[in-house]
Amino acid sequence: MKLKSLLTSAALAAGLATGAAAQDTTTVGFVYVGPVGDGGWTYQHDQGRLAVEAAYGDKVETIFQENVPEGPDSERVMTQMALAGADIIFTTSFGYMDATNAVAARFPDVKFEHATGYKREHPNVATYDARFYEGRAVIGTIAGHMTETNKIGYIASFPIPEVIQGINSSFLHAQKVNPDVEMSVVWVYTWFDPAKEADAANALINNGVDVIMQHTDSTAPQAAAQAANEAGGRVFTFGQASDMSNFAPSPRIASIIDDWAPYYVKRVGMVMDGTWESGHSWGGMPEGEVVIGPITEEVPAAVKAEAEAMIAAITDGSYHPFTGPIMKQDGSVFLAEGEVATDVQLVTMDFYVQGMTGEIPQ
Amino acid sequence: MMDLSSINPVVLVASLMVAATPILLAAIGELIVEKSGVLNLGVEGMMITGAICGFIIAVESGSPVIGFFAAALGAALLSSIFGFLTLVLLSNQVATGLALTLFGLGLSALMGQGYIGIKAPTTSPLNFGVLGDIPLIGRILFSHDWMVYLSLALIAGTWAFLKFTRAGLVLRAVGESHDAAHALGYKVIRIRLLAIMFGGACAGLGGAYLSLVRVPQWTEGMTAGAGWIALAIVVFASWKPWRVLLGAYLFGGITVLQLNLQAAGATIPVELLSMSPYIITILVLVIISADRRRAALSAPADLGKPFHATS
Amino acid sequence: MIRLEKRPSPSKVWTYATPVLAVVLTMLAGGILFAILGKDPLEAIRTIFWDPLFHPQFSGFSRPQLLVKAGPLILIAIGLSMGFRAGIWNIGAEGQYIVGALAGAAAGLALYPSESVLIFPMMVIAGALGGWAWAMIPAILKVQFRTNEILVSLLLVYVAENLLASASVGWLRNPEGGGFPGSRSLSGWDASSNPELIAGTGMHWGVVAGFIAVIFAYVVMSRHLLGYHIQLAGQAPRAARFAGVNPSRLIIMCLGISGALAGLAGLFEVTGPAGQISIDFNAGYGFTAIIVAFLGRLNPIGILLAGMLMALTYIGGELAQFMLALPAAAIQAFQGMLLFFLLGVDVLSNYRIRIGARETA
Repeated sequence: MKLKSLLTSAALAAGLATGAAAQDTTTVGFVYVGPVGDGGWTYQHDQGRLAVEAAYGDKVETIFQENVPEGPDSERVMTQMALAGADIIFTTSFGYMDATNAVAARFPDVKFEHATGYKREHPNVATYDARFYEGRAVIGTIAGHMTETNKIGYIASFPIPEVIQGINSSFLHAQKVNPDVEMSVVWVYTWFDPAKEADAANALINNGVDVIMQHTDSTAPQAAAQAANEAGGRVFTFGQASDMSNFAPSPRIASIIDDWAPYYVKRVGMVMDGTWESGHSWGGMPEGEVVIGPITEEVPAAVKAEAEAMIAAITDGSYHPFTGPIMKQDGSVFLAEGEVATDVQLVTMDFYVQGMTGEIPQ
Repeated sequence: MMDLSSINPVVLVASLMVAATPILLAAIGELIVEKSGVLNLGVEGMMITGAICGFIIAVESGSPVIGFFAAALGAALLSSIFGFLTLVLLSNQVATGLALTLFGLGLSALMGQGYIGIKAPTTSPLNFGVLGDIPLIGRILFSHDWMVYLSLALIAGTWAFLKFTRAGLVLRAVGESHDAAHALGYKVIRIRLLAIMFGGACAGLGGAYLSLVRVPQWTEGMTAGAGWIALAIVVFASWKPWRVLLGAYLFGGITVLQLNLQAAGATIPVELLSMSPYIITILVLVIISADRRRAALSAPADLGKPFHATS
Repeated sequence: MIRLEKRPSPSKVWTYATPVLAVVLTMLAGGILFAILGKDPLEAIRTIFWDPLFHPQFSGFSRPQLLVKAGPLILIAIGLSMGFRAGIWNIGAEGQYIVGALAGAAAGLALYPSESVLIFPMMVIAGALGGWAWAMIPAILKVQFRTNEILVSLLLVYVAENLLASASVGWLRNPEGGGFPGSRSLSGWDASSNPELIAGTGMHWGVVAGFIAVIFAYVVMSRHLLGYHIQLAGQAPRAARFAGVNPSRLIIMCLGISGALAGLAGLFEVTGPAGQISIDFNAGYGFTAIIVAFLGRLNPIGILLAGMLMALTYIGGELAQFMLALPAAAIQAFQGMLLFFLLGVDVLSNYRIRIGARETA
């Protein structure tokens, strides 16, 4: 960092910098749970890191560490980053929650941002997440229209609130446009095992599912659907985390993309100008953190228009995907007519909505 | 009330054959290695190396067939490191195998850095014409890509090689007693090295089947433990080729079946289903080994022991 | 013609010199790898081997971390080494580590929120029992049905991982955690926490247990009848039987000890550095410990040193990753090379290299 500031001053002296005041380089650290090459979750966070570099050029230095297991290793990695002079550290997995707060207590001058968690025990800890369920509402709508067998499938990782929100959101919206629709959920109990994801997709297809959604990151389900289509089937999928445009225009008919870049650029900027504050950010389509990738021509124009209208309504705040009346699976009322789910209700969601079959594993 | 009528057994069998092919290929290779008296625990590392070598070459050449060759070659080269260390430098086989896995995972990730998010050229099923339209059998037997048939041919070939050929006899002799084989004038080290490289090549093919057919894309760590399952299958099979086929298909079958049961809405606890392939494999293994007649332990007698020619 | 001649007994000089030689060779080969990746090789190697110990900015923190990382590795490896010496192959320490942590955590959380001082000792016992019980499955199957223990212990790792997942999202989930996966914090609850014993050293009960295990294993292997039986069974199984070694009892003992130690490691980890049960609680210590056991040549003191060396490459590797932007994969490959060289040069302590034609005897 010292060397960098020297370089920055040198650049200033040479008249390259445009800013009026001399500025220190801001060091931004990222802790990743998977490899940058996972093509999904970690890959998208790393794209966000690159966006920070692109936005601030010489004024920032980014450092990152991939494949950091949750638990003691993450605490050590964060500490070492703080010791290395990081000004702000983004910790990008739910399991880093306690470690982030523990390290933050020891480095009050360093800012910490923890993804998908809820603990902010110190003024230098903020949390952030994305409203993926907004995107799921849109692809659920498309799925409800596109299915002919009236069976849509969902490849789910672990039974945690974020995944359950996604299942409920997509099912509610599919059901809204197609009252006969049924949803099969396959829990694979892994975030990442391409072969198992392929098997899960095939199992769904074999059981008559013709639209597959996934909450795991590999393209294996897309490939399985493509193979089924080449054998005369008619199966559609949606890209997850990244666009997966290789499988467009079919079977991939749209995608739900995590875009962390706007948030990272904004927060690093706030560190630079001293306006950074703790808090919880739960951005979605309005903030550009959840993006629906191109809807392909396989989707009829009317359906596409409906999906785009929904994107617009969510983006301008006029529509919330969890708006009552919504019943729970057991028939009790979750949201009354016109009621909108609170964030607390969403982040603690542990039940299926009415019409879903099967049970959430406990 | 469970309605499992949506599960089609024919489709189930056809998909388990595809699901089992990577572990089948890796396991038959490891069987030859172990028959020669060498225990190579680095299957996972060789599979993932094969996965990336095959992927890179298939993408660059546009031909999956060339990709599969490269996968076999790359993984065989990697396995020769293991061969050199254990056979020439007489290092411990268990530890060297584990090191090979660590090294292979790292190496493959390094090689694959420019190949993330790319699509591999497609490997299509072979066209058997009217044969594919036969009810039941057509879908099960005549609907696959060539690697599935190659894996079956390898099983048959390995069986015939071990049972009928002189080379197979020598290989088994080396695995049973390297000292006796050496005294008879056989080149123990050369034979074992060839066996190790054959095992590497097979594991590489299995890995490439994942990255080129089953998934098909490159992601770091994509074998996700398949190599360990292959090792388990070899022991499960009591070092018999046809039982490797049985073991791999059984394991693949349960995996596919549990996902199908979920998709069909079966009300069985998911975590129980998810661990069922492992538990059932253990149970079957217990039944096999409890049979006293067969349990004249078919493991090669010198498995895992270092060989050093003293005379 | 180069050939090897077995030494009557391992060379003392080479026993100490080979590890150094291996590290030097790894630095050379690793340096080439780093240079290919466009990094300064000297800087990379200094960052991995030197900075965690002596860097003015980091070492104060990373030196104690060596113990935190090495503790569970040593504890598990010691247990494994006893079985390995007897030819009993427990490859599933990872599963025993998980089940030990689960059993200990469950026992403790059943009494939440009591503040009794007896809770932690009870959890330690439960952890050891959990790991022991998980290892008893392959042990009993082997004794009763001659089922191969490599396979059963390995397959049980996957079963344990599924148990861990269902515990984190189900039966051990924090009821006040708002539906998020993971148990209550065990390190944050005084009755169950396994804190740093001496501030700034990284020393926690698990590291203490690791050291005790080293001493225990040293005594057992060199002075106790069990140690003699283990060595005899490993080197000459037939002779062992004549000497009155009961193979079944040996299998039960060896798998039991290694399972209990792995369970203890899991318990100390979940109550200390990891802090809670979570889906991804296990980080591969059970597998890495196998490597540590062999690097240490199955000798207790050797395992102690090997555990520290592995920990050093992990911590130094982390530093190299973010200071020099080396990919994690390069570090993994580098560790693999280190192991290759360590295993390869070992030949020098047991064999003489002769160059030239074979003399007629």
